[in-house]
Amino acid sequence: MSRAIRFAPLVLFLLVVAALVWRLAIPPDTNVHSTLEGRAVPTFSLAGAVPTKAGLASTDLATGQPHLLNIFASWCVPCVGEVKVLQQLKSQGVVIDGIAVRDRPEDLTDFLARNGDPYERIGSDLQSQVQIDLGSSGVPESFVIDGKGVIRYQHIGAIEPQDVSLILSKLEQAR
Amino acid sequence: MIAEAGLAALWLAAGLAALQFLFMFVEVRRNAALARPMRSIAVVQGVLTIVAFAMLLIVFARSDMSVKLVFENSSAVKPFVYKVAGAWGNHEGSMLMWVTILSAAGAFVALFSRRTSERTLVAALGAQAALALGFYAFLLIASNPFARLWPAPIDGQGMNPLLQDPGLAFHPPTLYLGYVGLSVAFSLAVGALLTGEVDSRLARAMRPWVLGAWILLTLGITAGSYWAYYELGWGGYWFWDPVENASLMPWLAATALLHSINVLAARGALKAWTMMLAVIAFSMSMVGTFLVRSGILTSVHAFAIDPQRGTFLLALLAIYVGAAFVLFAWRGATLKEGAPFELVSRESGLVVNNLLLTVVLGVVFVGTLYPLFVEAVSGEKLSVGAPYFNAVAGPLALILAALVGIGPLLAWRREGRPVLRQLQVPALVGVVALVITIIIAPTMHILPRLGFTVGIYLLGASILPLVRRNPLRAPLATWGMVLAHFGIAVALLGMAANAAFTSERLAVAQPGEILNVGPWQVQLQDVTPTAGKNWTAVEAELHATRGAGIVTLKPQSRYFTDPPTETSESAIQTFWNGQLYTVIGKPDPSGGWQLRLWWKPFVTLIWAGGALIALGGALAMLGRLWRLRRRREAGAEWRKARYA
Repeated sequence: MSRAIRFAPLVLFLLVVAALVWRLAIPPDTNVHSTLEGRAVPTFSLAGAVPTKAGLASTDLATGQPHLLNIFASWCVPCVGEVKVLQQLKSQGVVIDGIAVRDRPEDLTDFLARNGDPYERIGSDLQSQVQIDLGSSGVPESFVIDGKGVIRYQHIGAIEPQDVSLILSKLEQAR
Repeated sequence: MIAEAGLAALWLAAGLAALQFLFMFVEVRRNAALARPMRSIAVVQGVLTIVAFAMLLIVFARSDMSVKLVFENSSAVKPFVYKVAGAWGNHEGSMLMWVTILSAAGAFVALFSRRTSERTLVAALGAQAALALGFYAFLLIASNPFARLWPAPIDGQGMNPLLQDPGLAFHPPTLYLGYVGLSVAFSLAVGALLTGEVDSRLARAMRPWVLGAWILLTLGITAGSYWAYYELGWGGYWFWDPVENASLMPWLAATALLHSINVLAARGALKAWTMMLAVIAFSMSMVGTFLVRSGILTSVHAFAIDPQRGTFLLALLAIYVGAAFVLFAWRGATLKEGAPFELVSRESGLVVNNLLLTVVLGVVFVGTLYPLFVEAVSGEKLSVGAPYFNAVAGPLALILAALVGIGPLLAWRREGRPVLRQLQVPALVGVVALVITIIIAPTMHILPRLGFTVGIYLLGASILPLVRRNPLRAPLATWGMVLAHFGIAVALLGMAANAAFTSERLAVAQPGEILNVGPWQVQLQDVTPTAGKNWTAVEAELHATRGAGIVTLKPQSRYFTDPPTETSESAIQTFWNGQLYTVIGKPDPSGGWQLRLWWKPFVTLIWAGGALIALGGALAMLGRLWRLRRRREAGAEWRKARYA
């Protein structure tokens, strides 16, 4: 048997081991990177979701200062926990607007009274149309939008207490 | 106390394994007197690990929550069978089971193996101990199964409900026995490469281990396939999931080895190739364990995702496989090829078999690891799925199945007879089957169509070795081979029928509504809540009919409390010509329920074929052991003289 054949298995095996070592050393990035980042918010105009608050239009998001846009619903369980984190962000000066998906005014009023209300404006998205245009696939989800109305960051799932510094830094970058 | 006793037994066994490993070098340097206690040490080491594993079973059976592993993986309200099975339904326990089988196999070799020279045997036991040693270190350093918790909690955290199934009690131990059975072939190959005694005696010593491991792998894969089929509720029997591939790869290597080892045993040829396969077969087992345990590839089977454990296992894999390949490169030059053979002969038939199996193995291996390599080189993420595997491995498997009909008819060394003439009838029947499929199903995909053709042909071709001779006087091993090859035909037909004729229906049904699937009319009667020992569920009552008689099916959607998990329990009704497979899904706002219905004609043939293949292996094993016993009795006098 020639030397090349005898050493071939060893060489192939070392290649495989190298690939496995690489994967163990650099675990795969499990974050979902939004393709919407860098694009302008699609044009929309939503009526108010509760009688006491103004509705939300895409022009309301391009006011020169960064906004946090939160997609939520009163029927969404993780949203209940998220409101407390949003309150904390609001107390640090963050402007938060909401889009309530497939919600009823009375349910929403109840939700806000029970859990707190961090929102400046809340638009009512009865058919999920704006949610879909934004490229959001579920609730809760949040977008950091800069002063020109361009999406800078998409956060999938609830904003947990450990995500606060991340969100604040994204808002700072969007300034 | 019991847990501590188990831990102590494990440490002692590790010490003995280290001793065995040292003796290997002593023996290879021809200092035979020192290595004489090798067999006894191997036996004691095996017994100690069995004791350790028994201790783990006891703490699980008694739900001793002060043991961390029990707390994390069991709960007091679980049925008793699953309490015991829980011992290996987790990372630490399954690694202990692995090392127990490894050492018990070593002990078995030490007790019964008389075929190789004593030198090769001692070297092989040393290699087996080296394998065990790494896994002892892994258990004792990185995953102690006997760690305690203080204070002891009152109840445990429960167990993955998907694993609370009779399949669990059977599937992993079977696969592990198969994986680890191949370790003996690995160790014997390493031992023989060290001593340079690669000959037909070695092949005969290795053969029962390869055969036994192969039978268990066949059973394990077949059972696992059926388990996934009814438990996961997707209606599929093979998903080309990385972990499924991890069990298929050692099986492919073991199948190739099983055939090439016969060439070495009968003709003394294919020495280097057979040694390579013996190393690769067990290496694939370790790769499989590594893939499952490290969670390095995304898979439905990713049980334990832990980078530290992954690193440890990868280090073991690199050391063992790397060392064996270095040994092969170093000693391979000394191997002299045996008796020559001609182009048309049993030997060359088996070489073709091995080439095809190895190519399929390569296809599966590359497909499984390809995403990893692409991402490492280009950063691009992709996944490789069924379309690739079916398109590449499918045709190769069909060619192999067609050749399975020819190989056993060839004579050793040189075939001068017109063998193909015997195949006229099966080939004709196959062509008729092809014509029938073209007439009744003109739009059928090419792979199932060829599957029918080759399957029908092989049904006949596989039994030819028993034709024209007295079947009762044929050796049991020949019967086994015929049965296994027949099983391939049966499984192939099942796969083709399933691929070509499955009907599927996904719909939202209101109570009372009738859905059609294949020849069946299925009526949703009612959906009612129900409960078991540790779960609650909604259960649908379905009445199915295809003309005469009504069959009732009750699929469930189960909700387990600890840990909170939902599973769907499919309801499957088996008929002689197929299975009706039903699953209930989520409720619909309209008041209906999601139902998934499948009619799968002859799907059961897939697993029946798998069982026949394993049964064929078992017959061959029985035949070999029988013959061995007769020879032993005859050779007792001769051996007495030799060991005196």
